[in-house]
Amino acid sequence: MTRPPAETLERGATPWLFAAALAAVLPHAAHQPAWLSVAAALLFAWSAGLWWRDGRLPGRWPLAALVAAGCAGILFEFRTLFGRDAGVALLVVLTALKLLEMRSRRDATVVVTLGYFLLLTHFLYAQDIPAGLWLPVALCLLTAALIRLHGGSAAGGPRRVLGQAALLCVQSLPFMLVLFVLFPRVSGPLWGLPQDAHAGLTGLSETMTPGSIADLVQNGELAFSVRFDGAIPPRDKLYWRGPVLEHYDGRTWRPHPGRQPAPRVEARSAPLGYETTLEPHRQTLLLALDAPTALPPDFAVDGTLTAKRLQPLVERRRFRAAASLDYRYNADESPVSLRRNLALPPGRNPQARALAESWRTGENGPDGVIRRALALFGSRDFAYTLQPPLLGEQPIDDFLFTTRRGFCEHYAAAFVVLMRAAGIPARVVTGYQGGEANPVDGYLVVRQSDAHAWAEVWLAGEGWRRVDPTSAVAPERVETGVAAALSAGEPLPALVRVRADWLRTLRYRWEALNNAWNQHVIGYDERRQRELLGRFGFPDIDWRGLAAALGAGCGLLLLALLGWALYRRPRHEPVQALWRKALRQLARSGVDCAPWETPVALARRVRERAPALAADFEAVAAAYLRARYGPDGDLAILRAAVARLSSRRRT
Amino acid sequence: MRLAARLAQSLFRWRSDGTAPFRLGQRRIFMLPTRGGLLYAAALLVMLIGAINYNLALGHALVFLLAGLGLTGMVHTFRNLHGLEIAPGRVEPVFAGETAQFELLLSSDRPAPRCGLRLAALGGDTVETAVDGGAGRKIAVPLPGRRRGWLELPRVRLSTVYPLGLFTAWSYLQPAMRCLVYPAPHPIPLPAPAPAATGGTAGGAGGDEDFAGFRARQPGDSPRHVAWKAAARETGDRPLLIKQFAGGSDGELRLDWASTAEFGDTESRISVLAGWVVAADEAGLRHALNLPGQSVAAGLGPAHRRRCLETLALWSP
Repeated sequence: MTRPPAETLERGATPWLFAAALAAVLPHAAHQPAWLSVAAALLFAWSAGLWWRDGRLPGRWPLAALVAAGCAGILFEFRTLFGRDAGVALLVVLTALKLLEMRSRRDATVVVTLGYFLLLTHFLYAQDIPAGLWLPVALCLLTAALIRLHGGSAAGGPRRVLGQAALLCVQSLPFMLVLFVLFPRVSGPLWGLPQDAHAGLTGLSETMTPGSIADLVQNGELAFSVRFDGAIPPRDKLYWRGPVLEHYDGRTWRPHPGRQPAPRVEARSAPLGYETTLEPHRQTLLLALDAPTALPPDFAVDGTLTAKRLQPLVERRRFRAAASLDYRYNADESPVSLRRNLALPPGRNPQARALAESWRTGENGPDGVIRRALALFGSRDFAYTLQPPLLGEQPIDDFLFTTRRGFCEHYAAAFVVLMRAAGIPARVVTGYQGGEANPVDGYLVVRQSDAHAWAEVWLAGEGWRRVDPTSAVAPERVETGVAAALSAGEPLPALVRVRADWLRTLRYRWEALNNAWNQHVIGYDERRQRELLGRFGFPDIDWRGLAAALGAGCGLLLLALLGWALYRRPRHEPVQALWRKALRQLARSGVDCAPWETPVALARRVRERAPALAADFEAVAAAYLRARYGPDGDLAILRAAVARLSSRRRT
Repeated sequence: MRLAARLAQSLFRWRSDGTAPFRLGQRRIFMLPTRGGLLYAAALLVMLIGAINYNLALGHALVFLLAGLGLTGMVHTFRNLHGLEIAPGRVEPVFAGETAQFELLLSSDRPAPRCGLRLAALGGDTVETAVDGGAGRKIAVPLPGRRRGWLELPRVRLSTVYPLGLFTAWSYLQPAMRCLVYPAPHPIPLPAPAPAATGGTAGGAGGDEDFAGFRARQPGDSPRHVAWKAAARETGDRPLLIKQFAGGSDGELRLDWASTAEFGDTESRISVLAGWVVAADEAGLRHALNLPGQSVAAGLGPAHRRRCLETLALWSP
């Protein structure tokens, strides 16, 4: 079993390294370009084949050529070697190539370290529960590879090596918990993030064209989740305000670019506090509940009552806000603003304008006009669908008089055009409407599929009033949700569509779990840290206190672990245990047994040093020798002798 | 230099471990991170900065778990040595230029195996071994025997990086062991045998190959000279016969210091004598060794060979 110091890599360790590298690389296949995954797979297969046939690894120059080819491919695909995607691709290629260069233990150590590093890069893409579950699996495999590498074949079979790796991982869990809870959290990036750091985030856009919201609705992703201080208000009050669009060029709706005076909101009901957890949407919007009365510190409302801040939101964040559901807003609007909200592109949609102007002369006041418009949408001819027909050069005319099939943005746009033509200031508001209450944890979950567009009209003496024309054509949209309002063939995400009760319960559970994960694990930040420590009796702990607590916690854990390492199970047989007990009694009377002393010699010495015990100890020594070496080792005699010795010493 | 040595002495408390078995306690186990461990720490630092910069909660968790893993690995590395029992074993003499093998017996009373144990004597190569749970294992620590005489086993470094290779734990063992190094035998033809003082068979002028008859085998005779064919013919209860050759098989070879004067300095002459002892033993010739102040009476066989070589190894003018 002796072997020379093998700095060269042992053959049996290589499969472990393959498995570990694969575990570290595999999840990246989900978002990498396909050619990269194929190339990495080929490299894996090549090195595995070489291992199988005991072939020679490629030399330095072929490897250099492969590295250059990989870099060139990445440069061609991403136009850079840096940044998130290109950097990860580079790491994957280098890991796969390093497998072709595994000659010594040091090479193998590099592979494992690269693997640990690759584990981190997964979290740039996903930090959900599956990613969290993959972590221990991959970690165990990488650690097992290290154990096999340094332990050689003596480390045992796969089960033993994996067991040892799992033991190490489990023993390091307490350290992780202590560090995770106590490590001082720094908020915000330390320096600028690469351009693609937060690519692929969805959310409301700043403009609205026919179809833009319908696209978003087909996405079942979470937009934000809300926990109200009290009960969740009725659905038809839940309008989450996004960009307000005032400019219309005949096709696209845009927000007004200039500054506007601060809005004046008169709350007519008690403020309702809530905590919202926003998914990163790369925008500055808070998506506050109408009408906001209190906002988080770095947010402010603009002239159109949309709550915004300066920096775009690129990570999941929690905010506290409050809203008044019954409110009056800008009863005295500036004439400039009113004029802006009456403008229509000249020469477009003549039919719609003519219709609205006919209402203007015939009806008594703006309320009548609004009623007529809603009645028009409520008539049978109009349908609510995610797949409206294409509209031509005069989109509102086409929609109102020809196709009559549309999604919320069609109805909101047509309604606003009609109102403006009838002389009522009106504008489009985009945002989210409703949400789904999760009975498991009491959170209200708002998805991209809850994206919505509605209208606001300004009435003298009342201010801006919300009118949702969609509720005229499909009241279920506002009362129950988009799934109920659409017919069965519509391309909605399956998640939104599910109706089976048990499935829905399962989904609620899963989402509640996800939410808890997001709130407490992913969302564990400076504030949560302070809250948690406050609950344990350290309300105002600063970084010095945290560092001290951290050191103390880790030190205690290390001591416990060291205690475990030093502990040796006492494995004395009963005979030995009794003999030791007798020796302890002697030691208390001042006679120590030297390591080389036989029982008989010791007994002789006891006679000189402690004559009072001599007779009893002689009996013990005789019983011990008999029990230990005699043909019929009788413990009872020894036990009795030792007991006699103890009682004698005490008297 | 002296200061460094004294510092090391006070730090590591080198002392002889004697000839009794001893157990590694925590006081004599030392630890430092390896290069792999430093790489690991650097990678963790970069990962931590990355996790903070991208605000990755799971990234934090991973970095902290890996940091914990490093600490746990450190304790396991320590535990891999702690409580190991070491007992000195046998040492066979070697010729100068060969490698002496100092046998150590490692035993463990822990149920888990101890893997990746490396032993290296100061100036010798490294050997690696493992001890199964609750078992013992013999391991030979190699050390080149360069000069004749006693080769004391110097400090032996017992080290391990198992399980993670991030830390190396080591301990210095100094069991009192020594190996006798014989002088390197110089291959030179044997000198002519001296006329037998006791008479015996006349030597004659014939070569070594001339067959001269049989005699009964005595302990110490080389098996090469047994008359196997004759033995095969016999029924087996007769003693084995030894083939005797003309040319002094009964003549006593006197390997004399004085007769090596032509070979140069003291060490070369001793080498020549050692070569003669080996050759004479292989040829089955009785031989005596004469050194100034010391001599070995004529004889043959392993014990005689050992005595001769020992005398040569330890002789000093």
